[in-house]
Amino acid sequence: MGGASTFQPITLVSDWRSSPSVTNMALRELASLEKYLGLRKPNKYSTQGDKKTPVLQNNAAPPLLGLVTIACHLVKEAKRPELLGDSAESRAVVQQWLEYRVTKVDNCSKEDIKIILKDLNLYLHDRVFLAGNRFTVADVLMYYGLHPLIVDLTVQEKEQFTNVSRWFDHIQHHPGVRHHLPPVAVLRNRIYTSRHH
Amino acid sequence: MKLFVSEGNPHCLKVLAALEVTGVHCGVQYISHEEKVVPFLSRPSFPALLLPSGQHLFSSNAICRYFFEVNGQESNDVSNQWLEWETIVLQPVLHQALHMAVVQGKGSEVSRVLQSPLNFLDQSLSKGSMPHLTGESVSVADVILWAALYPVLSDSSLALGEHKFVRAWFDHLAAMHSCQSAAQKVLQGKAMKNYMQKQSVPQSFQCRDTQPSNSSPAESEEGERAVSEEEMEAATLTWRKGLTSCSLATERQHPLLPEEGKRNILLTSALPYVNNVPHLGNIIGCVLSADVFSRYGRLRGWNLLFVCGTDEYGTATENKAREEGLTPQQICDKYHAVHSSIYKWFQIDFDFFGRTTTEKQTEIAQDIFWRLHKNGFLVEDTVEQLRCENCQRFLADRFVEGTCPHCSYPEARGDQCDKCGRLINAVELREPQCKVCRQTPIIRSSKHLFLDLPKLERQLEQWLEKSTSTGDWTANAKQITRSWIRDGLKPRCITRDLQWGTPVPHPDFKEKVFYVWFDAPIGYLSITASYTNEWDKWWKNPQQVELYNFMAKDNVPFHSVVFPCSLLGAQDNYTLVNHLVATEYLNYEDTKFSKSRGVGVFGDMAKDTGIPSDVWRFYLLYVRPEGQDSAFSWADMALKNNSELLNNLGNFINRAGMFVTKFFEGCVPEMDLQREEKKLLAVVGWELQQYIQLMDKVRIRDALKHILNISRHGNQYIQVNEPWKKIKGGESDRRRAGTVTGVSVNIACLLSVMLFPYMPLVSQTIRDQLNAPQSCIGTMLQGTGTFVCALSAGHRIGTVSPLFQKLETDQIEALKKRFGGQQKPAQSSVSAPAAPGAEVKVVGGVDPEKAEQLTKAVAEQGEKVRALKAQKAEKDVIAAEVSKLLELKKHLALAEGKNAAPAPQTGKKKK
Repeated sequence: MGGASTFQPITLVSDWRSSPSVTNMALRELASLEKYLGLRKPNKYSTQGDKKTPVLQNNAAPPLLGLVTIACHLVKEAKRPELLGDSAESRAVVQQWLEYRVTKVDNCSKEDIKIILKDLNLYLHDRVFLAGNRFTVADVLMYYGLHPLIVDLTVQEKEQFTNVSRWFDHIQHHPGVRHHLPPVAVLRNRIYTSRHH
Repeated sequence: MKLFVSEGNPHCLKVLAALEVTGVHCGVQYISHEEKVVPFLSRPSFPALLLPSGQHLFSSNAICRYFFEVNGQESNDVSNQWLEWETIVLQPVLHQALHMAVVQGKGSEVSRVLQSPLNFLDQSLSKGSMPHLTGESVSVADVILWAALYPVLSDSSLALGEHKFVRAWFDHLAAMHSCQSAAQKVLQGKAMKNYMQKQSVPQSFQCRDTQPSNSSPAESEEGERAVSEEEMEAATLTWRKGLTSCSLATERQHPLLPEEGKRNILLTSALPYVNNVPHLGNIIGCVLSADVFSRYGRLRGWNLLFVCGTDEYGTATENKAREEGLTPQQICDKYHAVHSSIYKWFQIDFDFFGRTTTEKQTEIAQDIFWRLHKNGFLVEDTVEQLRCENCQRFLADRFVEGTCPHCSYPEARGDQCDKCGRLINAVELREPQCKVCRQTPIIRSSKHLFLDLPKLERQLEQWLEKSTSTGDWTANAKQITRSWIRDGLKPRCITRDLQWGTPVPHPDFKEKVFYVWFDAPIGYLSITASYTNEWDKWWKNPQQVELYNFMAKDNVPFHSVVFPCSLLGAQDNYTLVNHLVATEYLNYEDTKFSKSRGVGVFGDMAKDTGIPSDVWRFYLLYVRPEGQDSAFSWADMALKNNSELLNNLGNFINRAGMFVTKFFEGCVPEMDLQREEKKLLAVVGWELQQYIQLMDKVRIRDALKHILNISRHGNQYIQVNEPWKKIKGGESDRRRAGTVTGVSVNIACLLSVMLFPYMPLVSQTIRDQLNAPQSCIGTMLQGTGTFVCALSAGHRIGTVSPLFQKLETDQIEALKKRFGGQQKPAQSSVSAPAAPGAEVKVVGGVDPEKAEQLTKAVAEQGEKVRALKAQKAEKDVIAAEVSKLLELKKHLALAEGKNAAPAPQTGKKKK
């Protein structure tokens, strides 16, 4: 921690598309999100600090910092406000899961993984999407964030967190979302039925 | 909606502060840290918000966002960025800082850890010229960052170095009453210490041993820090200015007309329908809100005209007339008088309260009609309608009954079926009947005129763009308007086959009248014309006049889309609405107001409660549905009366006056302002400024809170200085008592002026008691607020007496019962399965008409049962029909006045 983690004046400016060495996950996510949103003119990005916080360069306005902030900005730019939620309630729920993604899911410990999946599984047991019945940007960013966790799960674990798996499979097949990530196989029929019932 | 917080948890400070700042109504429950509230989280997490949908929010920032959005302040990119910075950058560092200071006991190193984020915050604040993180006003980002930093920045033992801008920003927020009070609620005294201990954090870090345990001085100390030397000096200078000899508050000279060089404001409140008694929701939604704003506007020296009146034409009136056996004109006369007297009791100070059934209405409506016609904005179309040959007229939807085409319910209305709830086009009804003569109407096509809204759409959008961006439109008004336009505009029929209305002057459409939605808003113009012949100086003068429309949200589309289209199409330089102020709905306790069920308080009943008109006004404005629906509750009304009016406001004003009377023979003593007084003047001046800023934006409910804040500051000031003790002391103590008394009684005088829009009678009473000069009214609300010494040393006050009375629990319980409606009949009607339309009116007692219908229904149902039995239908099916039959018989018995449900029948039922 300390100084380096602060959002500071930008020193490093690089268009990540022209420099393949930049393997920043956040930037790849934003590029995928741009594609999903159908934004024609790609934005310019850079990163900042040790944590490689994404920065959106903007000619007209000051740069924007932070994955969630930029993602919300892109959604508005694409004139798809419904992806941020269609009511005050759902907008708050969407923001909550976006925050959850960057605070809890990113850089979580092994022990945390189990708790995150357990809680999410309970949460999703009567929901199709994170904000209820509508697909939102929270689903997209949570899907990107959970991908490395889900990839490592065994078939049995995926079945144990059946609601998370169902949701995850749903989102990765949502048209235009997956892009930079490899698909994860989720079995539709249970093979460990006896254990859980 | 319910907010769960645990004491001592710094994250809970965020949400409580956001709740206080936004004024959103939400229950707060304090529970222990270990308790689980959010069902899907394995670990206890606080704070948590249970949303109206039953869903939980567990992130403090998301909860804060929600409160701000409900209050109409959506977050933008800048605030999003600050919130993300707070969670990703600041929180981990704060966490580390606490750990260092507490677990490792290295408080001195906290400064090093926090240096970087504080520097960043300081730089950001120094760059913008604005006092807050995202702009001029307090945003969700300010509240969240303030609360996050509160534990470290309010602790002076942690030498955190110079961050001038952070300090000023932090102190400014800390001085807000909302923030102070939130901090007191969760982080007061030992609460934080306990929480820290459970988090295995040593107490030395947060506990502030130097602070007195008494909460009042602590709060005033918080206020102290916020005030800068400059503010104190400025406030003192203002105070010494004294009263200006301005000629405001003189009697209004009617007729009021726009004047060059003045702010000319035309203010309307939605015209109440004449055919019913208004309930409290109607009153707060339009006339009362408009009254408060117009009273305020006059205090501000604006040249303001406030008009309203009853909306009298239409089917509803014709219906009501039939019901009561009167002519429509008689109904209008009767209810116009009812409305007038109710508004008079509520002290609604219209410049003119007129009506729509006038010559002027016909003249102006027809003029607008011909202009629209001439300009090609009217189109003709044929509509199929039911006509009763016997009555010689087309039947409005409410005048037809028949069998529902969807569910075959026999008493469906012309517009909707009461049984299946589906919307019906009157011509689709099977076996339609004229409600008046019971003859069968025939289908006839009738020519009608339509206002060509699609043709006006572009003009409308251009105007809307300008009006909504330059004027003060409430968020709901903008949103409703946007959704109307987004759905696309269709031509709207402006004529009706009725008698009670403004006649359509076109020869091809004689015997038709204007549809009320077209006609009613023109009432604003015609009512003004009834007030003055020079009405067009208000209504055809957009260069000089600003128009405010007050209404409840259901009226928005007519004022923002339809009526402006009429005026734009008429092309006569009309004054269009600049500021559209719409309230949400006011509920009654936990339900809706309902005339038919007798639920709720209606305008004419309020005075029978014995509660003064001013207290009614106060409470309705305190719960004004501003930004979201709210509810009237008797218990809450009693609570607010007793805690805010009696113990806070009334107590302060009464004490201030009593000290002058008792200790200084009724003459205001010499005031020798010390540092403490100067601070108080600055704090009070700040509250006054907030009040004016909010009132200018028609945030009536929010502004009221600042009045109550001032008397709270005043009470603390008296409590700390104890003039009743000092008066018995030595020379300097007695002088001190004099200063405290003099400053307090002057604050009381300021309060009387600020209260005037809300509680006109109480306001006058206070000024009478203080014998305050009339000019104080004009002086105090000038500019951004001018708190002057209006009662200088030597001024003799009048007789002081208590302003408010306590509302006792039993009194309130009795009122609650009295206005709670007759719940039992409603329940019995729910349990009856058959013929839902039939039971509603049975409760009242003998009803021959109903009895006849029921006899018929019983006979029919009997046939049905017999037929089923003959067909050897399934037992369950037969049983169901039998029970319907029994139910009908029971209702028949009731309608005939016999005792219902005789014993043998229930025996049969069991078979």
